[in-house]
Amino acid sequence: MTKNSRSLPPPLSVEHLSMRYHHKPVLTDVSFTIPEGKSIAIVGPNGAGKSTLLKGIMGLIPTMEGEVHFFGESLTKKRLSTAYVPQREEIDWDFPIKVLDVVLMGRHGHLKLWQRPSAIDYQIAEQALKDLQMWDFKDRQISQLSGGQQQRVFLARALAQQANLYLMDEPFAGVDVATEKAIIELFKNLKTQGKTIICVHHDLNTVGEYFDWIIFINARLVAAGPAEEVLTKDNLNKTYGGRLSLLNDLTEEMYRTKLNQAHDTD
Amino acid sequence: MLTQGFFADFGMNDIWILATASLVAASTAMIGVFLILRRQALIGDAISHSVLLGIVLAFLITDSRSLPVMLGGAVIIGLLTAWLSDTLHRVGKLQSDASIGIIFTLFFALGVILVSLYAGQIDLDQECVLYGEIAFVPFDTIYLGGLENGVEMGPRAFWGIGVVFLIVLVSIVVGFKRLETISFHPNLAVSLGINVVFWHYFLMTLVSMTTVASFDAVGAILVVALLVIPASSAYLLAKSLKAMLFIAVAYSQASVIIGYSVAYQLDSSISASIAVSAGILLFATIILLQINKKRQTYQIPCLIFIVKHQSYILDQRVYHSSE
Repeated sequence: MTKNSRSLPPPLSVEHLSMRYHHKPVLTDVSFTIPEGKSIAIVGPNGAGKSTLLKGIMGLIPTMEGEVHFFGESLTKKRLSTAYVPQREEIDWDFPIKVLDVVLMGRHGHLKLWQRPSAIDYQIAEQALKDLQMWDFKDRQISQLSGGQQQRVFLARALAQQANLYLMDEPFAGVDVATEKAIIELFKNLKTQGKTIICVHHDLNTVGEYFDWIIFINARLVAAGPAEEVLTKDNLNKTYGGRLSLLNDLTEEMYRTKLNQAHDTD
Repeated sequence: MLTQGFFADFGMNDIWILATASLVAASTAMIGVFLILRRQALIGDAISHSVLLGIVLAFLITDSRSLPVMLGGAVIIGLLTAWLSDTLHRVGKLQSDASIGIIFTLFFALGVILVSLYAGQIDLDQECVLYGEIAFVPFDTIYLGGLENGVEMGPRAFWGIGVVFLIVLVSIVVGFKRLETISFHPNLAVSLGINVVFWHYFLMTLVSMTTVASFDAVGAILVVALLVIPASSAYLLAKSLKAMLFIAVAYSQASVIIGYSVAYQLDSSISASIAVSAGILLFATIILLQINKKRQTYQIPCLIFIVKHQSYILDQRVYHSSE
């Protein structure tokens, strides 16, 4: 299956993408092409434009220049085969919605305005929740979940969409060990089905272990390729530019875990 | 049924007033839910004021006070308010709340000028626009088949809000899943191919229609109370969007009944009493939730104590039973 797909267009190709935020250039001339059936990390220091890149690819923020192709076509044609998982901080966790309804949103794009989820849609949502060990929580309001459980609900939503390409904004940020394991297991399953996963990732310690491919970003593309080739001291230096930014990274990491603990206790 | 006790002289007029108030409250509560969840309470406030300009212009242009004309004028100005506020924010680089404040006060002021200029022709006065007077609702009736020998159909305001209520209800029932997604996470909705801009302006259309149909009953100021307060009470309790809609409507109806009873007893303004009742119900809800939370925090240490000393308690039981 994956052998034959060599001839097919790649799941994602980005050509000369440039983006601005309030007239300041955030990303300049970024180009890369992603292979099918791999897990890919987008790595870089804070403010490097990782989330911006992901949002630009998904058409959530206007881009200045450049083109993005999904399986050789424009996003509008491939919306439903591309699933997006937003950053956890961008979600209103107090919103009155139950776990199952969030996951059913993944089926939603397949339905017309007047259609309601069918028995099959419910089955798909159920399976997605079971895959992430969240079925028992299906009737909980999302505010009553821990950080890791919340992340798993959003992954189940993406899974229920039955996409071929998954774009995730920091799925590992501030999750517990069980969730981390569940995500890695999910990646394995998706990859064996020939699906492609692209994540913004923060933790340099785990990037080589969790991902097949790495894209180093710091306002420009530093390097992109298989982890064993591009995960070098030279690329890290070019991306993070010395110790200072690494230190910043660590403090933010600490802040995030603190934030998460605060969320878990209430 | 209602003819005993202090509602001794409860008549047909009271039923029309209550029915109108009930529909106004239910429509605004449902729309308010989406405004609260999308953090757009301010734009609801804005549209409720700027639609005055729409009504006056529509009347001056067509010389008609029919429902479609009023709704059309209100919707055009309502959408213009939402669009201009957004444009001023994006192009003019002003804060979004400041932009809204600038546009709607401008429109409202223009409306007030037109009302005062053409006061003789327009059956509207500033008092009535600002505060509404639901007690007068039963006197402005519509006739089916001409004024002379037609059948009296009941108050104009009742049928106006009745039609709008149905439009709002059908829109929410049909578009429920879409509205849920755009309210929960607009970016996620975009990634699913949902036209978020369309749904935003659709919601603004519903806000415009609801506020203009509520004008006669509660006026431009108190309609904001009905948009925001019952939905806020529901936000504190609901675990799902459907539940929030039902709870908001329940709160709005309770406010109408309590408010009307109070106004009836005190012979005071009905719409203001309804708004005050909604507020009191909200604060009562907050207080009850706080008390409940306190009780739970005391229960937990108690439970921990029992768990910790479980073995001791069990030992005692074994000791006693073996005796």
